[in-house]
Amino acid sequence: MLEDKRRSGGSFHETAGPPAVERRGSPQLGGGEDNVFYWVAEGLLEKTVDSIMAAAAEQRRPLSPWERGIRSVSPPGIDFDIAMQPSDIEVTPPPKLRSLEPYHQNAAHPLCNTEPLLENTNSPRLKSLIISSSEGPEKEQETASNDLEVADDEETLQFQNKAKNKVSKQGKKRSQRLSPNILRGTSIKKRKLSQIQHSPGNGRKRLTGESSKAHELIANAAYIGTPGKGILAADESTGTIGKRLASINVENVETNRRALRELLFTAPGALPCLSGVILFEETLYQKSSDGKLFVDILKEGGVLPGIKVDKGTVELAGTNGETTTQGLDGLGERCKKYYEAGARFAKWRAVLKIGENEPSEHSIHENAYGLARYAVICQENGLVPIVEPEILVDGSHDIHKCAAVTERVLAACYKALSDHHVLLEGTLLKPNMVTPGSDSAKVAPEVIAEHTVRALQRTVPAAVPAIVFLSGGQSEEEATKNLNAMNQLKTKKPWSLSFSFGRALQQSTLKTWAGKEENVKAAQEALYVRCKANSEATLGTYKGDAKLGDGAAESLHVKDYKY
Amino acid sequence: MSAFVGKYADELIKTAKYIATPGKGILAADESTGTIGKRFSSINVENIESNRQALRELLFTSPGALPCLSGVILFEETLYQKTSDGKPFVEFLQENGVIPGIKVDKGVVDLAGTNGETTTQGLDSLGARCQEYYKAGARFAKWRAVLKIGATEPSELSIQENAKGLARYAIICQENGLVPIVEPEVLTDGSHDIKKCAAVTETVLSAVYKALNDHHVLLEGTLLKPNMVTPGSDSAKVAPEVIAEYTVIALRRTVPPAVPGIVFLSGGQSEEEATQNLNAMNKLELLKPWTLTFSFGRALQQSTLKAWGGKKENVAKAQATFLVRCKANSDATLGKYVAGASGDSAASESLFVKGYSY
Repeated sequence: MLEDKRRSGGSFHETAGPPAVERRGSPQLGGGEDNVFYWVAEGLLEKTVDSIMAAAAEQRRPLSPWERGIRSVSPPGIDFDIAMQPSDIEVTPPPKLRSLEPYHQNAAHPLCNTEPLLENTNSPRLKSLIISSSEGPEKEQETASNDLEVADDEETLQFQNKAKNKVSKQGKKRSQRLSPNILRGTSIKKRKLSQIQHSPGNGRKRLTGESSKAHELIANAAYIGTPGKGILAADESTGTIGKRLASINVENVETNRRALRELLFTAPGALPCLSGVILFEETLYQKSSDGKLFVDILKEGGVLPGIKVDKGTVELAGTNGETTTQGLDGLGERCKKYYEAGARFAKWRAVLKIGENEPSEHSIHENAYGLARYAVICQENGLVPIVEPEILVDGSHDIHKCAAVTERVLAACYKALSDHHVLLEGTLLKPNMVTPGSDSAKVAPEVIAEHTVRALQRTVPAAVPAIVFLSGGQSEEEATKNLNAMNQLKTKKPWSLSFSFGRALQQSTLKTWAGKEENVKAAQEALYVRCKANSEATLGTYKGDAKLGDGAAESLHVKDYKY
Repeated sequence: MSAFVGKYADELIKTAKYIATPGKGILAADESTGTIGKRFSSINVENIESNRQALRELLFTSPGALPCLSGVILFEETLYQKTSDGKPFVEFLQENGVIPGIKVDKGVVDLAGTNGETTTQGLDSLGARCQEYYKAGARFAKWRAVLKIGATEPSELSIQENAKGLARYAIICQENGLVPIVEPEVLTDGSHDIKKCAAVTETVLSAVYKALNDHHVLLEGTLLKPNMVTPGSDSAKVAPEVIAEYTVIALRRTVPPAVPGIVFLSGGQSEEEATQNLNAMNKLELLKPWTLTFSFGRALQQSTLKAWGGKKENVAKAQATFLVRCKANSDATLGKYVAGASGDSAASESLFVKGYSY
């Protein structure tokens, strides 16, 4: 009966059916083409990116004619034919909040009582950076939603327009030159679907009576995750920046610290590669030599100012040198002040290490719950919290050990964030990449990419809009290449993968500057080179052709790094 | 790696991925002897082995139905039963591209000191049982944990117990070649609103995935069978789009992308409700890194059961009815379901039973 139907070609069965099953006896492992899962399982790597891509294509079970008939038009749900990662498509401007129109009348809907954005305060505020692209085949999207948040004050309107114009200008150029070719030539429908798929989640009312704040948090978090952009971590404390300045024989005085940051923020071409800059408290209130506040310079350049809010680490008694991070006292008040000064996101660095008995359950728990508490306090005060559980690279362990520890730590973090009622759509993650220990042999960027993305797939919920990697002790070039490899990987990535680099963006710049006025231009050029390289890496289009500045390939690893 | 990668890892990953194929889903036909007895009495059929065999044969041999399915969950008795031609059910399913699964839990027991909360038993000798089931042809398993919403429920104890039980079951299955379907059902009973259900579902799922991580479960080789996020049974109903949104948001916040598919339980929803809700979820314009499909028991079989009534002459009609529900849900997994396509009034009948246990 059914067997005959099968042979007549009308049934689903003619192409690959379910995995072959032995009815009796031993399990049957797949053959050669099943290696795609084999490498996932065993951590082995097919040798080149091409192989990875070919293997990934094998992963998708070929559709039976029956299914193909049903699916002739891509369904709005999951479609394995579409790479789900933002960088696989042409550069899109920051995703819009999806339309909530049909549900505004429904009392049960989380946002049915949406208040106007933000209460009034005295200081100028940055309204939500929800910017929609005016280009591209988005007619359906536009008619379907009228939720473009148009600011009602001129300053912000200008900001939005500037950013919008910047994006559309570059979007055009980029889409011709730089975008990966995965979806080039594919139907408009598919590209649009990808755009839709990347819109941030709904701002469900998580914190009582604060849906407008949720809106802003979600929009800002999504903006920071814009493909093609990332974060410059320029939040070195006074002590730490002192070490940097010392390395180039520059005195650690306020004017020099200010001069360095001015160099960075006014570097031509750099800001368009960035969506955010993390500042130290002192810098939040500093000005350029023309008397313009740094935060204003950043805002005008389409870059969100962020602020480091932790107060360093302290040791956990009874452990083998493990630490926890302090800074919770009065954090709410501080966040309020930072928000008023223009900051829109915050950073808190938790540190864990790998050793015989490390990280201990105690250390994982302390750091995870510290991060969660910090995160919810930030959100209560309008700042998007970057959650940074850094696992130090120090040690002689292999990449599998790092992967296991990373997965364990991230799982604990997300359990803690859930317990503390943190709105994941309004957060970012700043993890370490998964690499071998500093005392172990190096591996190829593709290997790092594979282990890193897999660890994230197993632990980071899709609600998180973006993951902005720390560079740890990696050289500028290494960090860029690893990020690039991740964005080329053909696998499920529902969050964008970008950068939040400090040393890996500033190293060559610092060396080139050496504290001398006459070197500023060259130093700014060096910064631009790294920014551009990393911007391309977020799209998977970096070709390794960045003009390597002095020290770009230099390892920045400092054992047991503290800052 | 944090996950346990044993000799069955490849197979587990492939099986899980196959079950999650868009356009297909799971028929939950694993009613225990006691539970199927209740179903039978509702249509005046005697609860004897031949009738149980006849029902399952009716379902499995329905023309056109199996292509809509990627898996069928069986009760232990059924795993060893045959069609009237003498072909083992398991073989019949496999030949038609449907993976046999097996219910492995042994029901719930009360947690002392709680307000009627339960934990699920079945861990004793589970490994050995899984090996037997694997030999008999099963390739995935199911374990149902139950939680309820109340003034002080679910309690932390109940969440922890059930999450850990699920994790322990899951790793034992993976050690023995079965893909574990992780089912933390939050009952609909109650007068709470949809937001409460969402909050509880998120808390429960978060605990479940933490436990799975602790137990080194390979997420790529598992499936999740959660409740949809809905208002309580005593509260006003809401539109499928609302259910879809709350549900998908809850899942996005808790279920890691490594999980290949989410196969919803229908709870007390009517056949039509369950299909419409699933459809709405698949139409929702939010990024979903897992497929959303079904693992329905009552919501696939209700009208079929009624049409059959235990009578041989009704088999063809019952099978046609079954095909309608299968096809409807298959369309729903693709977001293509058109409501009202199946005009059966039984399809709209609520299947809610207070304090449902099986």
